[in-house]
Amino acid sequence: MSDPVRIPPRVPDKPRIPDEASERRLFEIRREDESKGIVKGAGVRPAGAPFPMASVETGYYGIPLLKEPSWTWEIPLYFFVGGAAGSAAVVGAIANYTGADRKIVRDARWIAAAGSVLSPALLISDLGKPSRFLNMLRVFKPQSAMSVGVWTLLGFSTAASATVFAQLLSDRYGPSFPVRLLENAGEAAALTFGLPFSNYTGVLIGASAIPVWNKNVGNLPIHFGMSGLSATVGLLELMGSHRSRALQMLGLGAALWECWEGFHLESRREPALDPLRHGASGTVTRIGGLLSGPVPAALRLMTMFSGKRRSNSLRTAASLSAVAGSLLTRIAWVHAGRVSARDWKLPLEIGRASD
Amino acid sequence: MPTTAFLTDSTLCIGCKACEVACKEWNNVAEDGLNWSGFSYDNTGAVGAQTWRHVKFVEQSPEPGFGGNAPELNSWSFSSDVCKHCENAGCLEACPTGAIVRTEFGGVYIQPDICNGCAYCVVSCPFGVVERNQDDGRAFKCTFCYDRQKAGMTPACAHTCPTGSIKFGEITQLLAEAEARMAQLHERGMQDATFYDASDTSVGGTHAMFIVRGDPRAYNLPPKPEVPTVYLRKAWRSSAIGAMMLLGGAIAAFLADGNGRARQ
Ligand code: SF4
Repeated sequence: MSDPVRIPPRVPDKPRIPDEASERRLFEIRREDESKGIVKGAGVRPAGAPFPMASVETGYYGIPLLKEPSWTWEIPLYFFVGGAAGSAAVVGAIANYTGADRKIVRDARWIAAAGSVLSPALLISDLGKPSRFLNMLRVFKPQSAMSVGVWTLLGFSTAASATVFAQLLSDRYGPSFPVRLLENAGEAAALTFGLPFSNYTGVLIGASAIPVWNKNVGNLPIHFGMSGLSATVGLLELMGSHRSRALQMLGLGAALWECWEGFHLESRREPALDPLRHGASGTVTRIGGLLSGPVPAALRLMTMFSGKRRSNSLRTAASLSAVAGSLLTRIAWVHAGRVSARDWKLPLEIGRASD
Repeated sequence: MPTTAFLTDSTLCIGCKACEVACKEWNNVAEDGLNWSGFSYDNTGAVGAQTWRHVKFVEQSPEPGFGGNAPELNSWSFSSDVCKHCENAGCLEACPTGAIVRTEFGGVYIQPDICNGCAYCVVSCPFGVVERNQDDGRAFKCTFCYDRQKAGMTPACAHTCPTGSIKFGEITQLLAEAEARMAQLHERGMQDATFYDASDTSVGGTHAMFIVRGDPRAYNLPPKPEVPTVYLRKAWRSSAIGAMMLLGGAIAAFLADGNGRARQ
């Protein structure tokens, strides 16, 4: 709500000299009182008046109804790490099954395994009572995206770590049947869990009471999934697979999707989407969007038309941009959620004059 | 076990905050709301981790020369707010540990020894009730005095209310009582008396019902609260599509790049 206008108390600085007008006014007041038994006037306006009022226009003094998400910095980082790790497991497994370059397969497994260690660490350290993390495993609740997510994370982490462990064993002691079994089973399981793990965080925030999130419930999971994919591709390229055409295509696809997503978010003129366009959260959203979509898309297209030397550096720039964009995008969404919760007009369905 | 409920009748509330005090004392909840807000006599603002009952001071434009609570005027009312104990409770559905349960009295209760402070309930409550206590780390809200109810007693707030503004009882009985009270108020000329229990929304009704004067929005009562589980279908559909895009994209990209291996 707008700040109340502060009117200083009116203190007469010199005695007033009665004149005709003032006397006529006094007479009117007396007449009104006699005839109606009541006098309607401006009354006393004390300092600070007009006071804040509760009403259909101002809600309850503009005090936000919803509570802000109380997650700390770990959660957006977890969204980023989990998204990248989940897609890495998928990309790695498919690369393996299609007989692609071993380096991609091995690097992807490492990304997935690193994510599978980092993710629970981040998630647990955000808990109000980290020592009670295991309470998450008391129940499985399909109607709670958090519960589904934790179980997915558990399956994913086990599978992804087992795969890398088997890979290490076979590197060291040579391939053997049990090790190969573990490697293959782990990889298949990591692929299975990786698919939901790459984008479930979009479900997590989409199915909530925060307007900017639930208004995007239909696109957030895909958006987060594609953001995770572009981070994975970027990381794999930075790790040395920068000549892979498959990664180039995946990166380009993800970047183009992010362009479409950005267009989608910018073109909908709903007040609930304001935090994605205005203020600090809007700035972060837009920078994140540019770095995830148009910038890497343009850079990747340019590599196709430039010499080897130049194309290498263009592609490195695209990878860096995609990774940074993915991280910023997650930070932006969580930030936007905070801003959205503070918007007292949305849950009360009080319209804005400007919209 | 009877299914119980609160009926908070703001036309009877005098803003004494006895319910807030009683709640804090019985449940041993820490102090808060000691900063001057400038919003009427309400320095607490809203229910939260440390305020489970909260008296709203709804100050509406007074007309100079008139005063009092004449039926045709709507100037100053009070309403004691509380967790709505929703029929379809967002917090309960969202809780991944099962710490939030439905009690045998129909209330929604956070078991403090189970809650691990994931804070997902905070973003899942359409009424902005439950909150993480930053010192403790866990989420807190009104317990509906589960302990007292188990002992066959009335919740502390309802027990303390000196005017009968906070009524507590069996839910169908209270609904009938609310209906009778509404009829009475309308008959006396308070045409703007409104009953609020969100039963026409996906929340499916609340175990904390309210009678307020005028538009409930002035009391920060949302006209269309949605339990977030209504978004789940759409969300998982999108997640499935996203997963298929990832899988299909990866297969297509690596198959198309068939000579990737040879080239390296
Ligand atoms: S009002 Fe909020 S905290 Fe209370 S039961 Fe409903 S969803 Fe849970």
